[in-house]
Formats: sequence, structure tokens, C-alpha cells
Amino acid sequence: MKPEDLASLADKQRAINAACKHRIGVCTESGCVSSQSDQIAAKFNELVKSRGLQKDVRVVGVGCMGLCGNGPMVKIDDGAPMYQNVTPEHCAAILDGLDSPLGNPQLRHLLCDLNQPFFRRQKLVVRSNSGLIDPEDINDCIAHGAYESLLKVLTELSPTDVINQITLSGLRGRGGAGFPTGLKWSTVAKAGGPSKFVICNGDEGDPGAFMDRSVMEGDPHRVIEGMAIAAYAVGADHGVIYVRAEYPLAVKRLTRAINQAMRHELLGNSLFGTRFNFNIEIRLGAGAFVCGEETALIASVEGNRGVPRPRPPYPANSGLYGCPTLINNVETYATIAPIIREGAAWFAAIGTAKSKGTKIFALTGAVQNTGLIEVPMGISLRDIVFDLGGGVPAGRTFKAIQTGGPSGGCICGQNLDIPLDYESLAAIGSIMGSGGMIVMDDTSNMVDVARFFMEFCMSESCGKCVPCRVGTWQIHHLLDRIYKGHGAPEDLVLLKELCEMVKATSLCGLGQSAPNPVLSTLRNFESDYLALIEKGRADREAALSGPHDSGTTVPLEVIS
Amino acid sequence: MYPTGPIPKPPSDDKRWRIVEATMRRNGFEPQALIESLHSVQQAMGYLDEPAMKWVAACLRVPLSKIQGVATFYHHFTLKPQGKHTCVVCLGTACYIKGSRQILESVQSQLGIQGGQTTADGRVSLLVARCIGACGLAPATVLDGQVLAKTDTDLLLKRLQSVTDGKAES
Repeated sequence: MKPEDLASLADKQRAINAACKHRIGVCTESGCVSSQSDQIAAKFNELVKSRGLQKDVRVVGVGCMGLCGNGPMVKIDDGAPMYQNVTPEHCAAILDGLDSPLGNPQLRHLLCDLNQPFFRRQKLVVRSNSGLIDPEDINDCIAHGAYESLLKVLTELSPTDVINQITLSGLRGRGGAGFPTGLKWSTVAKAGGPSKFVICNGDEGDPGAFMDRSVMEGDPHRVIEGMAIAAYAVGADHGVIYVRAEYPLAVKRLTRAINQAMRHELLGNSLFGTRFNFNIEIRLGAGAFVCGEETALIASVEGNRGVPRPRPPYPANSGLYGCPTLINNVETYATIAPIIREGAAWFAAIGTAKSKGTKIFALTGAVQNTGLIEVPMGISLRDIVFDLGGGVPAGRTFKAIQTGGPSGGCICGQNLDIPLDYESLAAIGSIMGSGGMIVMDDTSNMVDVARFFMEFCMSESCGKCVPCRVGTWQIHHLLDRIYKGHGAPEDLVLLKELCEMVKATSLCGLGQSAPNPVLSTLRNFESDYLALIEKGRADREAALSGPHDSGTTVPLEVIS
Repeated sequence: MYPTGPIPKPPSDDKRWRIVEATMRRNGFEPQALIESLHSVQQAMGYLDEPAMKWVAACLRVPLSKIQGVATFYHHFTLKPQGKHTCVVCLGTACYIKGSRQILESVQSQLGIQGGQTTADGRVSLLVARCIGACGLAPATVLDGQVLAKTDTDLLLKRLQSVTDGKAES
């Protein structure tokens, strides 16, 4: 494609879009598809055809609109009105109300209030096109600005300029650890070697997180564009997207997007007539949480067991097949194009002093509004849970919010007012993580939660280093004992000691962070542990002190 | 390096092996395409058995021990044939908080098997997922590829019953 072709293609598609009076966007991401949104799209198409509206109304499958808990979602024109909990039976009525800007009054109960804090308080940077564009149609994506940033980078900026822009923007890795992206890029750029690789980490293994899936399904071209810009900046010509096999729709959309981009010569050789070549291939994960760790991911891409290795050498110097390799998370790549388009200063103005920009979170658990939110860094957890999330369901009280998945911690009510950034979360024993946020109410027992995460880490430990392989098993065993009422107060001391040991001596991030859920619950919710220990003790005493009729006794032989 | 000799013969004359061979050919029979090749075997045949692994080993020129290592390392690969129907219970954090353990226990007691096992008549496999990414719809379960959002235990058990009774044969 020649540089001028992009703009003319965009204009052409915009004209096609404008010629159509109405656009019905049906969410076709995994969440809504599982509530049969594909049938809704089919029904709309059928009705449009039978009513002869093909010229005026276009039905498009779009990406996530955020409020996944109320899906399937349907969006009319560029955002309003928006309907929730739609079923195929509602399609006819929605079509009837197309010309009214407030939607069909008969469907008032389905209308989604776009003025509620859930939408109002979000700031869409990465997800700005999600829910608007048809991710399966490259022309529609181009009409909404896709590949403009790549064109600008290739024709106006030098690789050093690009890295400077990213450094100035203050962007930090969205995979969890928050390493400055500009610094990572410049390290890879400086590394020598005949060939370099760019890898996109789409192995979103954290239970409770689905931001990356949504970005890959809802706007795959933005990820590809980000990777191409990164490749230009660091001097790579080959990219790999590593996606979980559990995300078949994301794999399908990415494959389709790559093929379309190749056909449009937005991937391949001599992009926009420059000397820059870039190709992307997709590699499937196979269900191993540890493959989110960069050295394990590289081992997996090379066709081996996903086992991490000691660093240094860092992948920036010796990564895939021994070549310098840049690894970033899906969300990080998806943030690149907006930064280039709007400028580093614009991005740096959002957020806090040390954590710039926005972050997508998957808000789930015991809250009214579950789904995806993109908020500026620095917003408080209280605002997220009680304003955007609408608070815990009636009749229940807030107990904890868990961030960072199995590597993060449980935050109690007292800490809800801290600003959300990498440092503040680390200071209270949790991490930003990839963005899972699970709200728990008073029905959740924190020992059970800690045991749940430890069971996860225990079974996901790759087994290479002893502290993680044996330590997680022992911690899980202790937690299980306490949860079942067989614990003693001394167990808590032992538990803490074990956690510190695993944290300090494990080889990779999985082991080093595995004790976080235990340590944070021990610190914030020690009463849950003590209550279980005390109850177990009382039950045993009751069992020993003669006849009784309660069924809660614990036979002595199981106390170990 | 592309193999110079003829490609080893597949374990049987089942046509589905051609799909696997095509995957390996597309990747130039490179050893690093091992995981892709195993995905392809599992997709075509349903599971990885020893003849399949031996054949892939010969095609990609990697030791069988390595294939065994990779196949057993990743949760996605299964070495046993799956049942005719599959029921997946998500045990991700959001689903767990909303009671998916209880759902799993009810299903286990109805089917009389544990997670990861298949009923003796080969009709249903019960799988446990770490997170299927449908956290907004927790607790989520998947019955034969169809996600049941905000699962109602009784409804799931009823559907399972019709599957085990053979009424939902398809």
C-alpha cells in the first residue's frame, strides 16, 4: 500500500458508512456470544432483509461495550441508545425505534443508562474503538483511524524518535510488573544481532482477568499496529503473538486480521513504500499459567515445556532463538497507536506522577456492574467499587477486593482510598497485575480465598525450582488444615515463615509472588484465620468432654 | 531444515492424519512447531495417544521423551480419549467466589466421577477450567461448547441428565 492509499481507503469506507442511515452494533465477543448474541445479529439481518431496509440499516458485529454482566449488548449508531439483556425477540421492537434518538419507549426496561458512573467515569484510550468498529473488517477499522500511527511513524519519525515518544509518555508495561516500556524498547534497540523479534504476550492466564481477550477480539488491528511500530523502533522484522488456546475467538479474529493486513500490504515487505519489513505469526499456548513469564513464554514458542530460566541474560539481549527479543503485553501494544497519534504529552497528562495513562480492569465478583472498565491511573478503589461498580449487592457488605490474580493480594476496606497506581498497590502488599479485580462480600472466607489461590499456584508451578514446587504444596497443605478446623495458632507463624521463604528464593515471578494472597489475607484478615482455628479447637474440646449431639465433631485421628 | 527423506507413514490410514501432516508441512517440519503439531493432532483425533506421538516424533525428528514431556506439561493436552459430551466447570476466581465449587460438587456426585475423568460408558467427560474468561457471567459452565452464563445448578444437572440418558444424542 502506498502512503496516500490509506487516507483514500479510509475516506471511501467513511462514505459507505455515512450513506447508511443507521448502524446496529451487536457485541460479538466471547462474553455476549455465550449469551447467544450471534442469534441476535442473525435476527437483525433477517428482519432488515424482510423489511427491505438493506440500504438504510447495517448490522455489524462489534467489540465489547464494557458492561459484560448485562449482555448481550446492542448499540445503535455511534453509542446511543444502547440496549442491554437483549434477546432475539426484542429485535423487531429495536428496529421500530431506530429513528428515535432515545430508543423505543416500549423497551425502556432494556435501555442502558449511559450517564451512569460506570460509563461516565471511564476514560477510553485503548478501548476507544471497542464497540464501534467491526473487528473482522479491516476497512471499517481503517475508517476509524487504524494504521494511521504506523504510517506516521514510518514516514515521519526515526526509530529513536519513536522510542523517545514512548519514553516521554511514561507508559509502563501493562502485564503487571510495570517496567517502563521506553526503557525496554531502547535496550532491545541497542542490542546487536542479525535478527530481532517482537513478541506479544497474550497468555492471559490470571483467573478473573479478560482484558487482553477483549482487546484481541474487539480491536485486533490495534495490537498488530502497536507491534509493527515497536518492531520499527527496535529494528525487528518478525513478530509472534502468543495466545492462549482457550481463547478460540481471539485466535480467529487475530488470524483474520493478520491475513487482511497482509492483503492490504500493511504487513509484509516494504510497508508504505519504505524499507521496513514486518511479518507476524500466531503461536498457541496450551494452558500453562507460568508461560506468562517471559522466559517461559519464549521456551514455549520454541516448542518446549514452558519452564522459566534465570535472568540475566534478559530476553532484550538473548531471547527467542538466542536473538534480542522485545516482549510486551497485549494492552501495552494496544496503547502505542493512541500515544503516537495524540502525542506523548497528552498521554502523560493522564494519571499520576509515576503511573501514566489509563488501565483496563476486569471488574467482577460481588458488585452490581460487572465487566470491563478503562479508568485513568490514580482513581481510588472506592470509586471503582462503589461508583463505577455500583457497590456490592443489596443486603451484603463489602469485605475485600482482590487485585493482581494469584500474584496479587486482598485489599481490605481501610485501604480503599489509596490512589490506584503501581507503587501504592505494592505498598499495601498487592500488585497492579494484568487487571483482574474481584470484589468479595461478607460471604467469602479469606482463608478459603487464600487456599484457592494457593491451589492454583501449586498446580501451575512448573516444578523447576524447589522453593516453588515444594513450598506452594506445603503452604496449601497448611491452609487446608486451618480451613478444615485442624489448625493451631502456631501454624500462622509457620505459614508466614514459609511464605517469606518461597517469596525470597523462587526462581521466577510465579513463585516469588505466589505467597502474596496468603500474606495479604494474614495481614488484613487475621481474624478469619483465628476464628477457624478457635472453632476447630472448641469442636474438639466438645468432642472430648463427653456425650454430645452435634454433628460437628472432628475425630482425633485426622488431626495431624 | 526440511527433511530430505520420505515423510514417515502415519499410524493408520485415517484421513484425519492428513490435516496433522499439513500443519507440520506448513511449519516446515521444524521441531519448534511441536506444540502446533500436537494441537493439530488433538483437534483432529480428540486426544494424543502413543502412536500419534511416535509419529510426530519421527516427523519432527525430536525424541519421544520430549514429546511426552511437552504433552504432559500443558493442561490443554489430554492423553486419554474424551467422552462424547463434555461439561466444563470454570473454577476461575470470579466463578469460585460465586459458588462454582458447589456446582462442581453437585455435578461430580450426579455423574459419579471427579473433575478430569470420563464416565465409564464414555458418554460424558467432566473438565475443570482455570478461567474461561467469562468472568462477567460468573459462575460459568460450558456444556458441549455452549457457555451457560450465570449457571443455575439445577438447570445444568437437568441438562446433564438428558445427556447421560442419551436423549440429547446428536
